[in-house]
Formats: sequence, C-alpha cells, structure tokens
Amino acid sequence: MAARHKSVETRFYEDRDRVLRALRNCDRRTFLKLSAATMGAVMAKGLVPPHTFQLIEVANAAVDKNWGTHGAQGSAPFRFAYISDAHLYERTLNQRFIRAIVKAVDDVNALDPQPDFVLYGGDLAQLGSPGQLETGRQILGNLKAPVKMMVGEHDWFLDLGEKWQELFGPPTYSFDWKGVHVVVLQSVYEKDFWTARKMTPAERMQTVAGLDNAVQSRFEVGDAQREWLKNDLAKVSKSTPLLIFSHSPLYKYYRPWNFWTEDAEQVQAILKQHEKVTVIHGHTHQMLFNQIGNISFYGMLSTAWPWPYAPEGLPKLTVQMNRADPFDQFDGCGDGEFTARTDQLVDTVYNLWDRNPVTVRADYLVSGGKVDRPPAPQFASY
Amino acid sequence: MVTVTAALVAIGLVTLRYLAAADPTGVAQAQSSLPAHSVPSASRGAVVVELCDGVTHTEVKGLKPGQQMTRAQALAVTGQLMAEWRRKHPDRHWVLAQNDQASPSASSPENPARGNIAGPGETANTKSQQGDTYASFHERDFKVWQAQTDAFVNYGNQVFHSAKLLGSTIGVSCDMCHPNAANTHPETYPKYQEQLQRVALLRDMIDWCIENPIKGKTLDPNDPKMRALEAYILAQRKGVALDYGKH
Ligand code: HEC
Repeated sequence: MAARHKSVETRFYEDRDRVLRALRNCDRRTFLKLSAATMGAVMAKGLVPPHTFQLIEVANAAVDKNWGTHGAQGSAPFRFAYISDAHLYERTLNQRFIRAIVKAVDDVNALDPQPDFVLYGGDLAQLGSPGQLETGRQILGNLKAPVKMMVGEHDWFLDLGEKWQELFGPPTYSFDWKGVHVVVLQSVYEKDFWTARKMTPAERMQTVAGLDNAVQSRFEVGDAQREWLKNDLAKVSKSTPLLIFSHSPLYKYYRPWNFWTEDAEQVQAILKQHEKVTVIHGHTHQMLFNQIGNISFYGMLSTAWPWPYAPEGLPKLTVQMNRADPFDQFDGCGDGEFTARTDQLVDTVYNLWDRNPVTVRADYLVSGGKVDRPPAPQFASY
Repeated sequence: MVTVTAALVAIGLVTLRYLAAADPTGVAQAQSSLPAHSVPSASRGAVVVELCDGVTHTEVKGLKPGQQMTRAQALAVTGQLMAEWRRKHPDRHWVLAQNDQASPSASSPENPARGNIAGPGETANTKSQQGDTYASFHERDFKVWQAQTDAFVNYGNQVFHSAKLLGSTIGVSCDMCHPNAANTHPETYPKYQEQLQRVALLRDMIDWCIENPIKGKTLDPNDPKMRALEAYILAQRKGVALDYGKH
C-alpha cells in the first residue's frame, strides 16, 4: 500500500510544487492554461477554492443584512474570529499540527475587514511543555488582530499552569467590548488524582491528555472561581449581554471523555440571571451547539483533528458535521468567526476547511430549532 | 485410546493455564504462529490425509503430492477416516447437526438457551447429552479462555494508546483521534475505499492510519501489533451488527 497510494497531503504538495515550478518561467498563454486547469481540478473535486475566506464573506453578508432589522439596544455589532485546539508539539517533532495552526492564522489574517479580536480557545500545546507553548505563542504572534488567550487542560497539567501564565497572564479575566461583557474562564481544573498515585508531572499530563483515560477527575470551574464570577457579574447590569469563554462545555454532554464540566449547573445558575448569554467553548473538536434556558452554547472546531461525536448525550439542537475523510488531514478541522449582533445574540460561522462553511444563526438556537436550521449532514456519526 | 485422548486434552489445558499465568500482557496471544499438526511422512508416491482431531490419519496410495483426488476417491478416504474415528470413540455420538432430528440439542428443556454447551456452574459431563469434546469443558476453562482473550485485547489497547509502540515518528497515537476506538467502525469492513482504489479490510485502514496520521511504518498482517490492534478495535464494538460495505 505504501508504494502505490499517496496521502492526499502528499499529492497536494506534489501538485502544488508542479504548478509552482511551471509558473516560474511560463508565458502568459501557458499561465492562463495552467490556472484554468487548476481551477477546473478544484471544481471537479467539489472542493472549496484555496481562498476559503471568500465564502465566509458571503455567509457574513447574509448576517449583515439583518443588523438593520433589529433595534440597537446599546451594543454595537462586532465580529471576532477564533482558532482553537492546535495541540502543538515542537516543530522538530511534528510539522502536521504546526501546518494546521499556520493555515488558521493565514485564514484569519486574510479576513477583510479584520475581526475586532481573535480568541484562542485552549490546548495550544499537546503536553504542556515550555517548548510547545512557546512555539504556539510565536505562531499566534503572526496574527494581525489582537489575541485573547484561554487555557486548556493540555496546557495546564504538566506544571499546573506555571509556564502558560508566565507567557499569557492569568487564565481568568473579564473585559467590556462594545457594550458586551466578556469573561474568559479556566474551566479545566481537576481534583487531585495524582498525589495518591505518586505520579510525576509528565505522567499527570499524559493521563489528562488521554481523552478516554478514566483515571483522571472531571473538569470543574471550582468554588473559588465561581465566587469570582459572581462578584465580577455583580458589577454588570442584567441587561448587558454576556459572552463567556470556557475550554470545556459548561454543560454535561459525555462524562467519560470530559465533554463535561462537573459544576456546570452551578455556573449556569449564575449566568442565567442575565438576559442574554452566549457561551463559547473548545475541547470537543466538532460542530456542536446547545440551548439551555436563555444560554446559547457553541463549540469551536480544532485545527488539529476532529473528534467523534460521543455515543450518547449529544444536545438535541446540534446538527452534526459530516464525518471526516481520514485521507485528508484538514477535513473536519478549521477555524471560525462569531458575530455579536445589535440584538445581542451571537451568530457563528464554522469555517470547515475543504468544505462549505456552515453558518449557525442564533435564531436557530433561541427558537428551539424552529427556524434557520443548518443543513443536515449526509454522513452522520454511528 | 479414549484415555489417551483424555490425557492429550488434559495436557492441552495445562498448557493453556500455564500460558494464562505466564502471559498476563497478552503479547503471546498476539503472536501469529499456530501449533502445527505433525503427521507421519508418507511412503514414496503417496499423500497422508489427516482428520481434524489431530491424531487420526490415513495414507492415500498412488496419489502423488499436488494431485487431486477424484470425488469417489475423496469419499472413500473421508469415509475411512470417520470409520476409524468411530472405532476409537464408540461412546461418542457423531451429530450431523443439520438433520439429526433424533438428537436432543439446541432447545432441550433443561438447557433452553445454550444448547449442549455446558455453562458456568454446570458439570458438563452430566448435562451434556452428546458426549462431544466441546461440551466436556468446564466453567474454569471458559474463564481461562476469557482471560486469555481479555489479555490479548488489552495488549491491543496499549498499542492503540501508545505512540511509541505504534512506531510514530511524530508523537501521535490512535486514541488521540479515536477515544475508545470510536469511529473506527470495524463492522463495516470489507468496504470499498475510494481513496485506496480498492476494497479494504480493517487492517488496510489500520495500516493507512499508521502510515499517515501516525507517520509510522505499515505492519505485516501477521505482526503481533496488527493482530492486537484488530482485536482491540473489534472488542470495542461488541454487540454491533455486522454491516459490511457501509459508509
Ligand atoms: C489525527 C487523527 C487520527 C489519528 C491519529 C488516527 N485516525 Fe483513524 N481516522 C481519523 C478520522 C478523522 C477518520 C474518519 C472518521 C469517520 O469516518 O468518521 C478515521 C478513520 C479510521 C478508520 C476507518 C473508519 C471507518 O468508518 O471506516 C479506521 C479503521 C481508523 N481510522 C483506525 C485508526 C487507527 C488504528 C489509528 C492508529 C494507528 C488511527 N486511526 C489514527 C483520524 C485519525
């Protein structure tokens, strides 16, 4: 098999090299022929052309025209982008995941106009080492828009957040943006499972990194941080929309894989006292959305790999993304954008690489699925 | 002869138990070599045909190695082998499973679900009405077999979760993308994989994933690691209906 079959990735790079070599010294006639041929090939495969951001703009235009139809309520609309779950090793070990985050940075830098900020959704490193975190910081440093950082369990459990905080500051913070109150949480604390087992820091990290490793504890926001959240929100009027970022989903989806936050109900109880709440989370590597009371939840895509939908517990409102093509490194991965609307709801665009982007309008969630249902998958999980 | 057979079975069991004790990791189970049935060599210009009991055999005179028997010859040889087996086991009741109406089997009132296989806690010899070899095993034999199988699957579990055992050059293991082997769908093989331009078996897909996301070297189908990976992946889908060709 090795000799006869090349990976999509290998073929892609070979094709690209061939085109680039040919382009280097060709006249205009040949150039036109070449570009027509590559476009033809792209269209024949039904693939999104390399400039995926063009399609995002189409999706945004559909959102934009709605801005006028809702009365302004003190907050101005704005757009922000995200990149999440890159799971980096150092360059010398693994180029695959590096290539993916670099692709996301290129995507976001190509957005015109630029987003107000870029949220990085956690799990920058695979095993939390200083080299991995620094590599990630260097790559994210190429983003043109300001970056807001969130921490994930893969960044945390080698040194319990020491290096991450040295590089990026406190993992819990809040700020106000164009009439919206934004909070970033550290939702991946775990009760001590390592001391009794006499684990080294590396063993602790490896255990947490195993999604199906049953030895670890469940994620939690924890008493102290919930207190902090209560105090922070006490200063904000109930009608101010909230935008909450957490690495794990702030609800209970599937316990064995920590698609889960143990004290989710307690956090929701704090949040739901505010009129409009949107929670955006990483960790699950899939198109995922949910509505609990007045709280809308969106999961972010990973740049590194898609995760299977869990065997049970999937929120009813989630429309699955198609199963990924194992022969294409980028399929099922991607980045995305959010639009905070004047009516204080948040729409999202899942910018799935090598596929059509999927827009999920807030109206879909708040109507309980009655309007604006995103397209159904052809190949759902089983 | 009956006692000899019983002794052979006993030796077999002792060996199994010894293995179970000596192979808690399941690595030995993952090895591919099977015990060979050694038959006496044939006199010049003849072929030896053996029965599945590993003991009974006969020589077909005038049949050269590589030559086919005629249908009549084949019937004569198998008839002769079975007659020999019956002679050695006068107490055994040879069941032609499909059409032996007389034999009290599958749904006998004492043992409705399990047919003639002795279940846990039953003394096989008193319950079994057919006197066949399989039914003469005991509860602890089933336990030994289960322990062996679990150890084998567990070794596969380790390989699946270890970038090192998989020989990854980039620190990647299967579980990173397939927690609990989710989305590996072993029940859908064989199936046509467009990207491989062929009908693939589960092991072809495993190889593909080792070569690509894992960036390791493909495994020989009989490599202990390949066998263990297959075992682990299949074990995670216990109870799921086979559905070959599904996408
Ligand atoms: C970087 C991520 C990644 C890694 C690592 C990975 N796979 Fe996969 N694999 C996938 C994706 C994505 C699919 C497609 C899943 C789907 O069909 O929903 C897939 C598909 C498969 C399939 C076919 C499933 C089907 O429906 O036919 C098998 C079998 C498989 N993988 C086995 C493995 C094994 C064994 C390993 C380790 C040697 C491995 N994979 C490592 C991402 C990965």
